Amino acid sequence: MPLMRYSEALRLAMTEEMERDPTVFVCGEEVGQYQGTFRVTEGLLSRFGPMRVVDTPISEIAIAGLATGAAMAGLRPIAEFMTWSFALSAMDQLVNHAAKITYMSSGRVTCPAVFRGPAGTGNQLSAQHSQSLESWYAHTPGFKVVLPFTPADAKGLLKTAIRDNSPVIFMEHAGLYAQRGEVPDDPDFTVPFGRAEIRREGTDVTLVAYSLMVGKCLKAAEKLEASGVSCEVVDLRTLVPLDMETIIASVARTHRVVVVQEEWLNVGFAAEVAARLADEAFDELDAPIRRVGGADVPMPYARELEQAAIPGEDAIIAAVRSIVD
Amino acid sequence: MSIQSVAASAASDQGDADLLATYRLMLLMRRFEESLYRKYREGKIGGYLHRYDGQEALVAGVIPQLIKGDYVLCTYRDHAHAIACGTSPRAIMAELMGKATGCAGGKGGSMHLIDPANGFLGGDGIVGGPVPVSVGVGFAIKYRGDKNVCLCYFGDGAMNQGGVHEALNMAGLYGLPIVYILENNGYAMGTSVERSTGQPEMVLKAQAHGIDAETVDGMDILAVRDAAGRAIARAREEVRAQFLEMRTYRFVGHGVADNAQQQRFYRTEDEIAAWKEHDPLIKLRNLLVAHGALTDADDEAMESEIRATIEDAIRFAEESPPPPLESLYEHVYAEG
Repeated sequence: MPLMRYSEALRLAMTEEMERDPTVFVCGEEVGQYQGTFRVTEGLLSRFGPMRVVDTPISEIAIAGLATGAAMAGLRPIAEFMTWSFALSAMDQLVNHAAKITYMSSGRVTCPAVFRGPAGTGNQLSAQHSQSLESWYAHTPGFKVVLPFTPADAKGLLKTAIRDNSPVIFMEHAGLYAQRGEVPDDPDFTVPFGRAEIRREGTDVTLVAYSLMVGKCLKAAEKLEASGVSCEVVDLRTLVPLDMETIIASVARTHRVVVVQEEWLNVGFAAEVAARLADEAFDELDAPIRRVGGADVPMPYARELEQAAIPGEDAIIAAVRSIVD
Repeated sequence: MSIQSVAASAASDQGDADLLATYRLMLLMRRFEESLYRKYREGKIGGYLHRYDGQEALVAGVIPQLIKGDYVLCTYRDHAHAIACGTSPRAIMAELMGKATGCAGGKGGSMHLIDPANGFLGGDGIVGGPVPVSVGVGFAIKYRGDKNVCLCYFGDGAMNQGGVHEALNMAGLYGLPIVYILENNGYAMGTSVERSTGQPEMVLKAQAHGIDAETVDGMDILAVRDAAGRAIARAREEVRAQFLEMRTYRFVGHGVADNAQQQRFYRTEDEIAAWKEHDPLIKLRNLLVAHGALTDADDEAMESEIRATIEDAIRFAEESPPPPLESLYEHVYAEG
């Protein structure tokens, strides 16, 4: 299998799907002539032309409307937001239009659009550019919510998203774009939604995470292994649909669980996982469910404060220790 | 609208039959809205109910000019648009009564009538909401190289929504086959145009985005029809966005809650009465009668036929079952 970057895997997914299906097109700010702010769409304009790789003005509402309306009229748009922070301007088009038209019409009109772009924290980007908002979308019925961790998943999940007939919120992580991994070049390779992946097997504690936090959990698990604690790491891959079965099966083996998220802790996705575990797997638990998440503050600029606000390995390790020692 | 202009048009290529069909459509819209109000008061219709009384020419003079493959988007004041698109009165009434046989399966209601089989992509409950969506619909038409247009209705209040300007800019920039119809009835709920914008000349706002724009007397069915015909042809042939500001007036409140007492806060009975002098339905009837194209007997027969259509729709809706409870979780996601 070829080795490639996460960003290249995303590009390969779009290229293959655009070759396969003439109704697929890409739109967004700087996706064409500029070759993509993070180079994800590099080369697509020269390959597919300006009708299928559409440079837009900085108009997130209209970008979301362009994708929503085109999907309602039979195309399969991939709308790129330069970052998910900028998509906040477009919430009405996303939540009140894209997510609802299928239900409001009893399925007579559908919206097979993919909304994608980088999310996440870090790099001293401060309050307005550095945040994770996946729970906003996971909270809204009608969206499927996808956050890949590996390059292979980036490709396979994006292909599934493009082929899906519902609107998909596809959140990449800017901190993962340069990560390399083996990626199948088979154009029929896809990764189904709603199936979590066990990234590391373990016997003492289950760590549930997604996106960049899977990597931090793996590193924390290595350190914990050295001190005799064996952690299993579950990568959710999609928040909606959510694979509770894999989570519960893991907890049934370890009886202890820490749910890790990058977004603000308060009312975050980890709380949903924890609540469902309490409902559905209470008897499996030998210790309280722990959550690790971002500090409930707008992201500060100063490096020291920023590091204190983003959940790291130490916080994960501390959470694990609090339920095994 | 002068007698001469009606007579000239009626005698022209459009013909008497076309004008009579327009009149019949407008009469159906008016009587349908009146029946909805009765059913609302009976508690058979829930939610909000926004009537089109007084604005009928904006739909009756435009939508019948569309061809197969064209699309219509509009606001929550959408009953007339559905009728003109060809959605059956039965399916509309059933939707308003929340029945499984409704055009949206009972999940949309008054504000979200929808009928894609007839090109009607639906009523939108958010002020300005359909305008960004229209960009995508227009783009899809152009992408496929189809000779179609997207008609997008919205109100004067929407002109102050940021997303509308983002969308108009994009429609102008990309040269999309969209005809925007601004239903300028002078009020965004209870706030007049004068109280809501520093620039009440709406065409300037469209022209600022590179869109062809003109103002039309929306109470004059012939003026509406002519302007729409030209705009639709330009959008279709030249593949560029068009904008028609149609000046009109709603004879009733914003919604049913905006009753006569409430309306006193923002408009006078004299003003309403003065606009009713320009009622496009009555004017067209009088002029057809004066021209000899419609007799009182014809008119009564038409009223009677429309009454029967509406009674049939009501009976159908009342006898239809509500959506089954099992359907609560259906259609959150599309199949596949």
